[in-house]
Amino acid sequence: MSEPTHSKIPVTVLTGYLGAGKTTLLNRILSENHGKKYAVIVNEFGEIGIDNDLIIGADEEVFEMNNGCVCCTVRGDLVRILDGLMKRKGKFDAIIVETTGLADPAPVAQTFFVDEDVQANARLDAVVTVADAKWLADRLKDAPEAKNQIAFADVIVLNKIDLVSKAELAEVEARIRAINPYAKLHRTERCAVALSDVLERGAFDLDRILEIEPEFLHADDGHDHDHAHHGHDHDHSHGGLKHYHDEDMQSLSLRSDVPLDPTVFMPWLQDLVAKEGQKILRSKGILSFRDDDDRYVFQGVHMMLEGDHQRKWKDDEKRESRLVFIGRDLPEDLIRGGFARCIPQ
Amino acid sequence: MTMSFESQDTASIVSVTDHVVPIAIGAPVMAVHFLGETPVFIGNEETATVVQPDATANKVDLHAGAMLCTVSDGKRVITGGDDGKVVALNAKGETTTIGRDAKHRWIDSVAVHPDGAIAWSAGKTAHVLSAKGEMKTFDAPSTVGGLAFAPKGLRLAIAHYNGVTLWFPNMAAAPERLEWQGSHLGVTFSPDNKFLVTTMHETALHGWRLADHRHMRMTGYPSRVRSMAWNAGGKHLATSGADTVIIWPFASKDGPMGKEPAMLAPLKARVSAVACHPRQDILAAGYTDGTVLMVRMHDGAEILVRRNGGAQVASLAWSASGRLLAFAAHDGEAGLLTV
Ligand SMILES: [Zn+2]
Repeated sequence: MSEPTHSKIPVTVLTGYLGAGKTTLLNRILSENHGKKYAVIVNEFGEIGIDNDLIIGADEEVFEMNNGCVCCTVRGDLVRILDGLMKRKGKFDAIIVETTGLADPAPVAQTFFVDEDVQANARLDAVVTVADAKWLADRLKDAPEAKNQIAFADVIVLNKIDLVSKAELAEVEARIRAINPYAKLHRTERCAVALSDVLERGAFDLDRILEIEPEFLHADDGHDHDHAHHGHDHDHSHGGLKHYHDEDMQSLSLRSDVPLDPTVFMPWLQDLVAKEGQKILRSKGILSFRDDDDRYVFQGVHMMLEGDHQRKWKDDEKRESRLVFIGRDLPEDLIRGGFARCIPQ
Repeated sequence: MTMSFESQDTASIVSVTDHVVPIAIGAPVMAVHFLGETPVFIGNEETATVVQPDATANKVDLHAGAMLCTVSDGKRVITGGDDGKVVALNAKGETTTIGRDAKHRWIDSVAVHPDGAIAWSAGKTAHVLSAKGEMKTFDAPSTVGGLAFAPKGLRLAIAHYNGVTLWFPNMAAAPERLEWQGSHLGVTFSPDNKFLVTTMHETALHGWRLADHRHMRMTGYPSRVRSMAWNAGGKHLATSGADTVIIWPFASKDGPMGKEPAMLAPLKARVSAVACHPRQDILAAGYTDGTVLMVRMHDGAEILVRRNGGAQVASLAWSASGRLLAFAAHDGEAGLLTV
């Protein structure tokens, strides 16, 4: 929209399965002396022990858009609350949306893609998921919501690490990485994470989709490799780090040194998310197009995409296209085959 | 001055911008109403500004926070706030708290009946306070998007997800349900009580013919419709949301079904507010670039009331006599024109 991004109010989405420690983190954000004022949209009043007239109760009302697609859903209550909050612009610096433990983060994110009034005033900053180090592995087996929240996250606060052994911690981290290798992961006790690590992340800012490398490759693994190229043998090990492949949630990364043909790529991407969008939770990419000196960046949630020419490629920059998809039962061969046809021979 | 749309030079538009009395509210404004011939500007937060004939402006405190919704019947202005209160303001500047949500939830919508009954909603719950002071409550299937009283009888339209519920607060009969998928926000009855129209979260209106619930889809808007106004005869519905005023015909028994709307006053900005003159074939339109025009509905002739370059026009209103037009932009710059 016409308003520059920096004047829009950042919105952090705080998710996490029941009992993981969301409220602990929220109370810290509201009580710590950081000089900022937050408006908080909560699903249950009373859990927060802080008196603040900018705490608003929400009903998590999701409605389907009129396009007949079950994944194209929007949080109607959020549209209404953000609209009302904008009347008090200037009274707060940022907004936090807490979802219920059973919520799918997609409708919240999609609200920012489809509602032009929301887009004009606010910007999605990041999806922060609080996970319980002791119980997450179990929840990933029996609670699809918990898996969604991990897959969707930009930042994962792995909490209660004092309740698990080193081996158990490594195990749960490997489980997380099997689903989402891209999120920033912080290990905490009582959600003691620096607030700058969860707030003002700019994870949905097209200008800041700079680094879409799997994070753990830098942290723990000695050598660089493309995770998605592994075969399907489960539970193998690289440089001491366990690698799992989650049964139904995966990430897929694609890259090309050869500039893509935009007349093939754009229709392919649009067709892919239109047909397979229900499976694709999130997508992002930095693209180099043939005969084009601009970097093109895009991101998406399910079927909704936004993209733009971002800036000129720098002289010392490698003109490489990189794409990432995170989703459920991703049709890997179809995606790889389609992408290969976008690369001019 | 007299209202004349005729211009000496056909290439230029008649302008009355010099006749507008500017009013600086000094804070963002969400709406303007008239109590008789007295304009009342509703701020985004806390106060209303009542402008007297000598142009002095009095501030009146209404709410402890943001004002989320407002309506007027010309005798009172009703507002709902994020403080959970419903407040009425009269032309003398007197306020009364007429409703209060027990849980301090936001008051999302208000409506007023010609006989003085008032309706409001908080979350899924709609309340009606009759003119005699009786309160009735109804729980909608989802959060209420908007409320409107039917022109006859005590009947309330409650817009929500996937349709509208028509509720008779004084009757035991089950409420009637009008279904249509999606989120319905604003709602209005045609003045002849034959049609009901909602603004949707999508960039469309939806309508029902009340006799048989036949659907009317009114689509093609580039953005959400925020403002609707019936013309003086009640046979045309003017709407915002496009770069022209879109006017749907409701004169025939089929309403706008199968008909094209009239598209008047095109600009390179979107229409953000519309208000129809109470007697004449004229409407006022405000735009996202700050322009205000008066438009003759049968031929689209225009008079410029405010030039572009200001903030988006938030609201427009005509006085009961139709002699005064008031407008307000979101940034609090407002104006009053004697027609
Ligand atoms: Zn969909």
